[in-house]
Amino acid sequence: MSKKNKLILNGKKKINRPKTNASLQKTSVSLPKTKGKQKPVINFKTDWQYASAPESISHIQLKKRYELFINGTFVAPDKPVYFDTINPATEQKIAEIAEAGESDVNKAVKAAADAQKYVWSKIPASERAKYLFRIARIIQEKSRELAVIETMDGGKPIRESRDIDIPLAAAHFFYYAGWADKLNYAVPGKTPQPLGVAGQIIPWNFPLLMAAWKIAPALATGNTVVLKPAETTSLTALKLAEIIQEADLPPGVVNIITGAGKTGSLIVNHPDINKIAFTGSTDVGKIIQRSLAGTAKKYTLELGGKAANIIFEDASIDQAVEGIVNGIFFNQGHVCCAGSRLFVQESVFDKVMRKLKDRMETLVVGDPLDKNTDIGAINSKAQWEKITKYQAIGLKEGGECYQSSCSVPSQGYWFRPTVFWNVSQASRIVQEEIFGPVLTVQTFRTVAEVVEKANNTPYGLSGGIWTDKGSKIFKMAGELRAGVIWANTFNKFDPTSPFGGYKESGVGREGGLHGLMPYLKY
Amino acid sequence: MVTIEKSERLKILKTYKLYIGGEFPRTESGRYFSLKDADGNQIANVCSGSRKDFRNAMVVARTAFGKWSKRTAYNRSQIVYRIAEMLEARKNQFTDELTIQGVDKVKAEREVHEAIDLLIYYAGWADKYQQLFSSVNPVAASYFNFSLPEPTGVVSIIAPEENSLLGLVAMIAPVITGGNACVILASESKPLCAVTFGEVLNSSDVPGGVVNILTGSRKELLPQFSTHMDVNAVFYGAGIPEELKEIQMNAALNVKRVADSNVMHSGTGKEMQDPYLIMNFQETKTIWHPIGI
Repeated sequence: MSKKNKLILNGKKKINRPKTNASLQKTSVSLPKTKGKQKPVINFKTDWQYASAPESISHIQLKKRYELFINGTFVAPDKPVYFDTINPATEQKIAEIAEAGESDVNKAVKAAADAQKYVWSKIPASERAKYLFRIARIIQEKSRELAVIETMDGGKPIRESRDIDIPLAAAHFFYYAGWADKLNYAVPGKTPQPLGVAGQIIPWNFPLLMAAWKIAPALATGNTVVLKPAETTSLTALKLAEIIQEADLPPGVVNIITGAGKTGSLIVNHPDINKIAFTGSTDVGKIIQRSLAGTAKKYTLELGGKAANIIFEDASIDQAVEGIVNGIFFNQGHVCCAGSRLFVQESVFDKVMRKLKDRMETLVVGDPLDKNTDIGAINSKAQWEKITKYQAIGLKEGGECYQSSCSVPSQGYWFRPTVFWNVSQASRIVQEEIFGPVLTVQTFRTVAEVVEKANNTPYGLSGGIWTDKGSKIFKMAGELRAGVIWANTFNKFDPTSPFGGYKESGVGREGGLHGLMPYLKY
Repeated sequence: MVTIEKSERLKILKTYKLYIGGEFPRTESGRYFSLKDADGNQIANVCSGSRKDFRNAMVVARTAFGKWSKRTAYNRSQIVYRIAEMLEARKNQFTDELTIQGVDKVKAEREVHEAIDLLIYYAGWADKYQQLFSSVNPVAASYFNFSLPEPTGVVSIIAPEENSLLGLVAMIAPVITGGNACVILASESKPLCAVTFGEVLNSSDVPGGVVNILTGSRKELLPQFSTHMDVNAVFYGAGIPEELKEIQMNAALNVKRVADSNVMHSGTGKEMQDPYLIMNFQETKTIWHPIGI
């Protein structure tokens, strides 16, 4: 590899996007020749260049080693086991993180239970609210630092962590803060009470945002928390622990302990935990649901998805193409509600595919810290291998495949935007959640046909509808068995908006008024 | 056998069958169990429902769910009210059946009245819970965003042993008021009212397949009710912790929702009146649309 093409993520060097550089492409496949005669007017290789615009990392504060946040302080784990957290864009180690064992989990749960019983349940609800408002404000104040760390630790483009993850995390605290002293209005006819200690296990795709989704409603409803971030993305949760210290939250109200699946299982099975909130894969969700059988623990599960994104012929096609791109390539496709199954009405298939491929060519893949980047690094090697496996499966199953021709850096984990067509309902890449930037495209003729196909999945998290006809939107929104329906838009989130799935996509809702109920007994 | 007075004409004894898809088939298994009163006298031969009966019921319930869930709320309200009307007209029959099965006469009468009143209560909810539990969400961008409850799908229900009529009705009512279809396993020791309630449903404009009633062994059928992959939710009312745990473990196979209620087997009709029981079998759907021109 030439020196010129070396990618360094300190923001000082320009990223080069070689015009053709197959040797740099980990994800390279032999691309089938497109038969379409219409060629795009723009030459994306030459006309679509940006000067690099890297976000500076000089202002962030990171420790070399992070301990467990228990009872208001950072403490070393009883057994000195640490694991590395790496930057998936550079494969460089950022810091090392403590792994919580059984005795550490016990300490965290004890701290949370004591804090709930003696402190958090005793202070007036209006005071609880003030703590949450404080946390929201400090997140806003530190948003730039948090965005940079989120991007370094998880690989997502700075544009997304800066504009979506971190502002939404702050907004969640701000929204739920106000609920703390108004809970009687949330559960009509009942007198709601907190459950006690909430054990919360969150995924690696939206690390700080998921922490906010979990912690904010739990605290507003008077519960205390033991939260475990995903092992590949612990850093922003630990920065949140520092913010919680800075906000003077009483010790033990929030405990953040790090580790992998084993630590998570210790939380799930701890007898003194009253509620489990889990976001992650359907497979793990089922294990958790089974583990909780016979216990009095309440639970919410936010699990996988395989959303149908449906384009009717009367849709605004250009807008729809933006929606397709945002639906599947947002956050490298590491989104449970990603629009991974595209259904295009037959009459506009050729047009949609042409525009989609053109748009894919314009997506900037590379340095997540570059403000121009649309698609960052795949979160981990394991995830990269999973996506690559599914790509091979898709090709083996006879699907036709197109990948954007962009180059990717040699270091780090990258996957170019990918679309498969000529796939069937039975194809594994149509049925199974890939959690990467891989789209499948199927066609349909009638509303009845697309409803049947869209609902023919064990999942039911989200769905997209693109049409200019209002009555068709309501018809489709009613027919789709999914918890969130985006009509003429996709992948929008808000603290006031309930989120959660039907069927095997989960149980319960998070966000909004409905997100309070799973943290209350009434 | 029920004793026959010499001067009386010979009584016509009722054949107790299952209620599936709006019809009254015998169990496909051909099995039965003898129901006896406290003195050991034969009351009836009751169908011992099978796994295949349950699967048949699931097929018709899934089909019925589609249409039932799309009925207007006002229509569902009237149909639930109609069930109460039919039950009122036949209350003596239910009181007699409860009494034959060993329930004290006064208590039996109260149970029937409470069951009727409970149906009236839920009939009133059919077009109101949506308003109470939906929301317009003030998102911080130019979108119209709202959330509303929708029925979960097909619910399998395990009715309590005691309160064999009231508990049964109190478990069916919130489920179908909310637009779901269900398959219910009746009280094993007191199954008569369940079968007769099927007749009430059949004459109440409740579309066939919306409610399906099986009689039989709970021990045998519990795994079917909780493992079937087309069941969306299980409602357990028999109050035995080990059984509930088994259901909860099985439910994880396809992330079924599990609700249990301890008031069904021991509570009063009043305690069973709760809109949150409807909400146990509702999904919240949130819809976004941009605002613009």
